[in-house]
Amino acid sequence: MADKLKFDLVSPERRLFAGAVDMVVVPGEEGDFGVLPGHAPVMSAIRPGAIAVHDGGKVERTFINGGFAEVAPEGLTILAEDAVPLASVDRAQLGKDIAAAKEDLADAKTDEGKAAAQAALSRLQALEASLG
Amino acid sequence: MASLKDLRNRIASVRSTQKITKAMQMVAAAKLRRAQEAAEAARPYAQKMAAVMANLSASMAGSPGAPRLLIGTGKDETRLIVVLTADRGLCGGFNTNIARKARERIAALKGQGKTVKILCVGKKGGDALKRVYARDIIGVVEIASAESNAALAAQTGERLRAMFAEGEFDACELISSEFVSVISQKPRAQTLVPAAEAIDEGAAKPDLKGAVYEYEPDEEEILRVLLPRYIDTVILAALLENAAGEMGAKMAAMDNATRNAGDLIGKLNLVYNRTRQAKITTELTEIISGAEAL
Repeated sequence: MADKLKFDLVSPERRLFAGAVDMVVVPGEEGDFGVLPGHAPVMSAIRPGAIAVHDGGKVERTFINGGFAEVAPEGLTILAEDAVPLASVDRAQLGKDIAAAKEDLADAKTDEGKAAAQAALSRLQALEASLG
Repeated sequence: MASLKDLRNRIASVRSTQKITKAMQMVAAAKLRRAQEAAEAARPYAQKMAAVMANLSASMAGSPGAPRLLIGTGKDETRLIVVLTADRGLCGGFNTNIARKARERIAALKGQGKTVKILCVGKKGGDALKRVYARDIIGVVEIASAESNAALAAQTGERLRAMFAEGEFDACELISSEFVSVISQKPRAQTLVPAAEAIDEGAAKPDLKGAVYEYEPDEEEILRVLLPRYIDTVILAALLENAAGEMGAKMAAMDNATRNAGDLIGKLNLVYNRTRQAKITTELTEIISGAEAL
């Protein structure tokens, strides 16, 4: 297939990626799906997980903490809450962060504090899970 | 007539003021660049979000399941005005202009017999409005109190949604400053809730070539997730634009102040030299006439 898929990855702070790729696998709310050029229009919510960008035989995985994907005839757009390239994640550091987040959760006294700590912890755990 | 010493002191004091305003101008210039970059970096997300929302709301409008945040409560009695200003002054007419716009809107709404509630984000807005509308202000949030603009936008959005769910207001407007250019900022009012009114129908929609979007999960679910995020995005974009505008205004104000101080120093120097010369001439005349008298 000569065609390439136009792919935009944007977060509220900045544009993370814009360019043409072969395929993107998106962790949709109701299951993963791959997007190739010429995909039918879809709008889907994304669960926290890793998107895999396939290009020229290489696969680049980026963790996304929830968001939204839109497939239009022009290409794929992902609105990500926040995104971390998995290649840049340090496993040992992540383990420490998770332990710290668990402590925070145990220490939290107010409901708000608990909710915030829980959100931070589940984000880190999802990140760890997507490392696989 | 001021003595020479007084004049010297005066010149020294204006000169140190000039140094301060000059430093503030340079700090503002550096911050402006960063703020502008942040505002520009956030733009693609906001644009995509607007396009997606335009799409969704068009297909949802009129359906009974549409969320109230999108279509409104059906009445329009209580309005919440969110006034975005800066925390600090010394930035020319920036805060004043936003506060004036807010006062105009509030007066117009009150004239129509509506109840108005005011939420100030940014300390200066609260300061400017509390003299006239102290009873209507439900809260003043300091920008410096939040970790980041994104966190502040999320907090504000959360508060709005909680209030809306409690039925504390029917519609919400956001008053902030539009960043036209570095030297020009225009206050602007935009609707936040009901979101259907706020969504730009003209936003570029993708050409589906006759195909229909598939929704996963269904439209209602997606809209329920996306709508709060959309509101946060609009607030964040306004916050970032405000930050850039504040720095632009501060830079211009401090540039004016620096130049003004320069003019003042020039004038004072002239007076100082003239006074000094006059004094020397008088002394000489005294000595000469004294010598002649002998």
